[in-house]
Amino acid sequence: MVAPPEALDAARLRQRALDVAAQVVDPEIPVLSIADLGVLRDARVALDGSVEVDITPTYSGCPAMRMIALQVEMALRRAGFAQVRVREVLSPAWTTDWMSEAGRAKLRDYGIAPPPPRAGRRALFEAEAAPACPRCGSAETAKLSEFGSTACKALWRCTACREPFDAFKCL
Amino acid sequence: MTTITLTETPLLRALLARADDALVLAHRLSEWCGHAPMLEEDLALTNVALDLLGQARMLFSHAAALEGAGRSEDDLAFLREPPQFCNALLLELPNGDFAETIARLFLYSAAMLPWWQAAMRSRDATLAAIAAKAEKEVTYHLRHSGEWLVRLGDGTAESHARAAAALDRLWPYTGELFEPADAALVAQGLVPAPDALRAAWEATIAAVLDAATLTRPRDGWMQSGGRRGVHTEHLGHMLAVMQHLQRAHPGATW
Repeated sequence: MVAPPEALDAARLRQRALDVAAQVVDPEIPVLSIADLGVLRDARVALDGSVEVDITPTYSGCPAMRMIALQVEMALRRAGFAQVRVREVLSPAWTTDWMSEAGRAKLRDYGIAPPPPRAGRRALFEAEAAPACPRCGSAETAKLSEFGSTACKALWRCTACREPFDAFKCL
Repeated sequence: MTTITLTETPLLRALLARADDALVLAHRLSEWCGHAPMLEEDLALTNVALDLLGQARMLFSHAAALEGAGRSEDDLAFLREPPQFCNALLLELPNGDFAETIARLFLYSAAMLPWWQAAMRSRDATLAAIAAKAEKEVTYHLRHSGEWLVRLGDGTAESHARAAAALDRLWPYTGELFEPADAALVAQGLVPAPDALRAAWEATIAAVLDAATLTRPRDGWMQSGGRRGVHTEHLGHMLAVMQHLQRAHPGATW
């Protein structure tokens, strides 16, 4: 069966919208795109060419969401989409498992320890597995604070190379 | 004076109770910004405040959509008077010292973790989605405040005495966290029954207080009224600060 030309166009436009939106980076961790992060969920293109993009917040109070929505809208407008709407969706809830492998590698290269898989989510008051130092790779690290420079990170220190580093929290 | 009057349904009221809890505690915690005993704790308390503010925003937006009167989350936060707030009294009390701030966060988080876990199964799909996010955040809040309470209780004579005094002072406000929800809403599977979550709360309290060498205060007369809009004088003062900008410059935006 051959798809009608409008359907092909719609599929191509949707992919193009997704590709454009995927270039937007997290304003707080600019090495990650919203696609790496798993914040970009979907896009739909209507018959009239208007596009609707779904994004999902990482933390409930993440202050970057509004900026991300604005940047997605601007990027799509620059790419020629005249009608753009960005929708915030909550379900299914974002977890750190939505982060891509490429995203994890970029984080590590940037000096932020990537989150452990959620399967390892620990019991409430149990000790947690220490992340490896993103700089020297040593496993000899110590937590300084469960809460760091942004809602999604904790503050750690490497006892081998003595550098402090951010670690992405497991959510 | 711009003040809104909501068309309230039992579900709206139930959502507002939890939204007001989160908003009021978020504001109290934000008062620590720049004053915490160390930089890491300053970041921690304000990060927790930000999570709670986010939870409040999502609940307010949902409540406003349910009401269907074209109101926004901001209207609900900034344009209601103290008697229209239905937060638990525990959360509007002034911060007190660091021990009291930590003890309150612990008592509240220990109650909210099972509440959010139960709300993840709500037949209200939006509430269930909000709960799926909040449950993970509150786990961090409970761990952080619980670990602090152990350090304070099992620390010096001074920190132990302050933690014990904080628990004694706050205990009469904990009953309100478990006041029954609207029976019809519970029966329809829309909101959790708080009284059914008490056992989980008691277990967390017992385990942490034991590690902290602190004694669980005895249950006695419990404060009540917040859910009905009968508040302490502290809420009015807090809202005067929180709502000032919207009251003085209605509709102002960033």
